[in-house]
Amino acid sequence: MNTLPQQLANGLFLGSMYGLIAIGYTMVYGIVQLINFAHGEIFMTGGFGALSVYLYVLPNGTSMWIALPAMLIGGGIVSVLIAVGAERFAYRPLRGAPRLAPLITAIGLSLALQQIVFNTYPDAKTDLKFPQLPFGPWHIGSVSIQSGSVFVIVAAPLCMAALALFVSLSRTGRAMQATAQDPDTAQLMGIDTNRIIVIAFAIGGFFAAVAAVAYGLRYGTVKYDMGFQMGLKAFTAAVLGGIGNIYGAMIGGLVLGLAETLATSYIDGIPGMEQLGGGGWSSVWAFVLLILVLLFRPQGLVGERVADRA
Amino acid sequence: MTALLEVEDLKVAYGKIEAVKGISFTVEAGQIVTLIGTNGAGKTTTLRTLSGLLKPSGGRILFDGQPLANIPAHKIVSLGLAHSPEGRHIFPRLTIAENLQLGAFLRTDKAGIEKDIQRAYDLFPILGERRKQAAGTLSGGEQQMLAMGRALMSQPKLLMLDEPSMGLSPIMMQKILATVAELKADGMTILLVEQNAQAALSLADQAHVMEVGSIVLSGTGQDLLHDESVRKAYLGED
Repeated sequence: MNTLPQQLANGLFLGSMYGLIAIGYTMVYGIVQLINFAHGEIFMTGGFGALSVYLYVLPNGTSMWIALPAMLIGGGIVSVLIAVGAERFAYRPLRGAPRLAPLITAIGLSLALQQIVFNTYPDAKTDLKFPQLPFGPWHIGSVSIQSGSVFVIVAAPLCMAALALFVSLSRTGRAMQATAQDPDTAQLMGIDTNRIIVIAFAIGGFFAAVAAVAYGLRYGTVKYDMGFQMGLKAFTAAVLGGIGNIYGAMIGGLVLGLAETLATSYIDGIPGMEQLGGGGWSSVWAFVLLILVLLFRPQGLVGERVADRA
Repeated sequence: MTALLEVEDLKVAYGKIEAVKGISFTVEAGQIVTLIGTNGAGKTTTLRTLSGLLKPSGGRILFDGQPLANIPAHKIVSLGLAHSPEGRHIFPRLTIAENLQLGAFLRTDKAGIEKDIQRAYDLFPILGERRKQAAGTLSGGEQQMLAMGRALMSQPKLLMLDEPSMGLSPIMMQKILATVAELKADGMTILLVEQNAQAALSLADQAHVMEVGSIVLSGTGQDLLHDESVRKAYLGED
């Protein structure tokens, strides 16, 4: 169970999930310079949306092959609506206000969303069982791969590739890059920057929902407070990669997932550090890594391209 | 004949501070009209209001017969009003070709866009040579060429140039101003804000001197070029 290949695989699964969520932080930051601290809850509501589709929309005993796409769509709709609603009604009125105002609003929104789910969703006070894929686990050599992990390793690269193509090749993607670089001038080109901002929030929301479905499949449950820890880690991943840069978010997610997993399993093998092993320390290592990157490479691993400063 | 642009008693305020205090002027098709004045006179504020980036606090703007007051900036460009902003504001991480394509963001005629990009390269050959390069790597003068080329890509009826020669070497400045003259010869209508008053007045059909938010003097470019107070204040003569 604790072989290096197994830990690498675990790290990749975790990192892919971080990367998917980190996209939401980094795109929104890149375009409106806002840290959307409610993004962890947008992730969480995507999980509840997907679960609701399974429990309340689909007939009992629907095959997971049919249920999974429906759950992705349902979770995606919930996350996108909440992300876009937050932009429209919470953040847009504060555009041009001092930075602190939208930041505090984001934290307030985060707590509000958690409490709304906690108080209104049936049995939300406990861990809610999430449906599982009806196959696996597989064993490849010494590595065991659970069915839930398979979803992430397929979905994350697909999402990332689609996003990279969209941003670099489509007309709207070009408009997004322009808006991120200079919003006033983008308007002078005829770009409706409000629309671009909405699209950034929507893409972030959808990716968070995909990550939430991955989370449910991997860990078997969803809970009203699952967005807090995952959101914080994904935000760390975005900063680690270089906030504002979508490739940075993907890479930052993977690096963070791997570092956290490897540190958790191997640091207690170092003489004198026997006390520091085990899963309880995983967040410590993640944030130690963040502090190191901020100290020695504050622009993040990928960072901004040099031409930006000319 | 009605003017292409009619500005009537335009007022613009930042909070409680009025930066433009009720100015009126017109731009006829085919003319170069220039606004000159010191820093803080309200010239850039005026242009930013015309292109919709700022909302007027009073007065009227008629462009091609249509009031502009409540039209968002991203729609104004489609009416034929292009704005090359102060400080150039090219998109640094996009290539030169991509910057030019963004200038034609609202156009759908692919062949026409390609033709106009080629025309920008003819106008400024250095842009053509570096078309695949990130715009942020260009020199100041080259960035100014790109900003002008990009503004032209929307096929404007009126081109607004804000300080096109600012911060440029004398040779580059001459080249840019010569291009402005060339565009006029091609029939382009231009509203020019320029710190090089001598050059601006020589090019302009109509000129207005702004001081702290008001137009204090108007006339033809030649009139103002020979006006004693203008010569003292803006052309550095005693």
